[in-house]
Amino acid sequence: MTTVVTENCKGCRFTDCVAVCPVACFHYDDEMLYIDPDVCIDCSACIPECPVEAIFEEDDLPEGQEQWIEINAEKAPDLPLIEEPMEALPEAEERKADLGF
Amino acid sequence: MSSLGDESSPLRVAIVGSGPSGFYATEALIKSGLNIEIDLIERLPAPYGLVRNGVAPDHPKLKQAIEVYKKVAKNPEFNFVGNVTVGVDIKAEDLQQTHHAVMYTCGAETDRRLGIPGEDLPGSHTATEFVGWYNGHPDYRDRTFDLSHETAVVIGQGNVAADVARILAKSVDELKHTDIAQHALDVLAESRVRTIYVVGRRGPAQAKFASKELKEFLEIENCRPYIAPEELELNPASQEEINSKEGRGNKKNVEIFHRFADSEDTGKQRICIATFLKSPQRLEGEARLQKVVFETNALTGEPFRQSARGTGQTMEIECGILFRSIGYNGVPVPGVPFYERWGTIPNEAGRITAEQDGPVVPGLYTAGWIKRGPSGIIGTNRACAVESVEALLEDIDQLNTDRPGREGLYKILDNNGVRHINFAQWEKIDTAEVAAGEPKSKPREKFTRQSEMLAVAES
Repeated sequence: MTTVVTENCKGCRFTDCVAVCPVACFHYDDEMLYIDPDVCIDCSACIPECPVEAIFEEDDLPEGQEQWIEINAEKAPDLPLIEEPMEALPEAEERKADLGF
Repeated sequence: MSSLGDESSPLRVAIVGSGPSGFYATEALIKSGLNIEIDLIERLPAPYGLVRNGVAPDHPKLKQAIEVYKKVAKNPEFNFVGNVTVGVDIKAEDLQQTHHAVMYTCGAETDRRLGIPGEDLPGSHTATEFVGWYNGHPDYRDRTFDLSHETAVVIGQGNVAADVARILAKSVDELKHTDIAQHALDVLAESRVRTIYVVGRRGPAQAKFASKELKEFLEIENCRPYIAPEELELNPASQEEINSKEGRGNKKNVEIFHRFADSEDTGKQRICIATFLKSPQRLEGEARLQKVVFETNALTGEPFRQSARGTGQTMEIECGILFRSIGYNGVPVPGVPFYERWGTIPNEAGRITAEQDGPVVPGLYTAGWIKRGPSGIIGTNRACAVESVEALLEDIDQLNTDRPGREGLYKILDNNGVRHINFAQWEKIDTAEVAAGEPKSKPREKFTRQSEMLAVAES
């Protein structure tokens, strides 16, 4: 089991999740965040923090989002670590509204 | 003029309590980049608080948070002072004289009481005692739990209640390769418990379980989770709650409860029954607990503000043992402000105040459960500790500059004849525990007596 960041994070990157991660398992690129499954302890603290509901436990993933398990696992380890929240992406609020949140 | 945190004048901080909050506060202080010396004081010889003594033995992944704390402990700014109880071995007032700032991160160590007749009958326990006991906490080493009756009752529907029920429900085979204390495993092996009730004051839509914890009940080898289907009929307000965004987690819980209700009787040895809308009214028994009398409740009020009101009707469950898990309170530290009603240290965003809504006491800070009450999970305490450290760092120019730090602390402890241990000594204990677990294929066999731990530390 692991916890994964999915599609909704793309273009938002709010990073509220990062503040409550007990083990520093989030990594980031220009678009979004990714969870390193080898570091994540599946505590789920991050899940309710996301303003666009982008984070799911693996076995709770909505249909059509399964590919994110692999994307998180592949991308996270090579990307820079994020340990403190940072500014959301400039278009984040707009994207959030588009997503219906 | 130099100021605290400069190269020539280290900021000396004492942190009291080495659970997650203590370590996250340490981490945040180190990240400030200031010249800093941190003494993390712990009343036990072992660090890590509830990650060691609270997280259930069958949740090893959560315990990996310890790897982060070990990394924090490697920093040269960090010093561990174990086996020291503030308020007993050193006065809180003295600590304020040795360090520029003191931060209390000592958690919420007692269970709330039910406040009903019979609560102290033999057989009526707190979840804290049981959790501490199976996790090898020295304070609870000699507690006894009589599991000879076939019915056990757990009062409360949060994650600790789930842990207690799950440990009662699992077979010894499911537990014997975890770091559960051997004395607990021996008693659980003889358990005659067949039925475990997990009782909530409110309804299924208000239960506080994390859905992941609930799902685990579907995987237990010898225990069937069950709910009477009629208990899952929701009133309109509860329906509205689970259909809203805030009710996302509760909705998941209700879905899992339906799987419990649909579970088939496949002849499993045990059954764990969740039941709702019942408040314990009294515990009865001659010489020891024999039954619990509940008043049934109905929910009234707006969505998310529903309260459970007694209906006047009662029902009974005969049982031999009961655990209450309805919330926690902090324990006051002598010499440190305390707000009885909430069981917390009064504070403003981490700055300790003389009383609730009173003036700030300079140099005193708090973080974690003792600051905000027992809510949230391990990671919640990271954000909480960061807030408190930010407050401390904002105040840095107002702190008293003349403090001896570590040297002064050790002088007082030595004068008071206190045996204290450092992190390298704890690591000896850690290594010995892991070695003791190896022949049993356990990740570790914990020492459960302070004397044993000290003997290893000082060897």
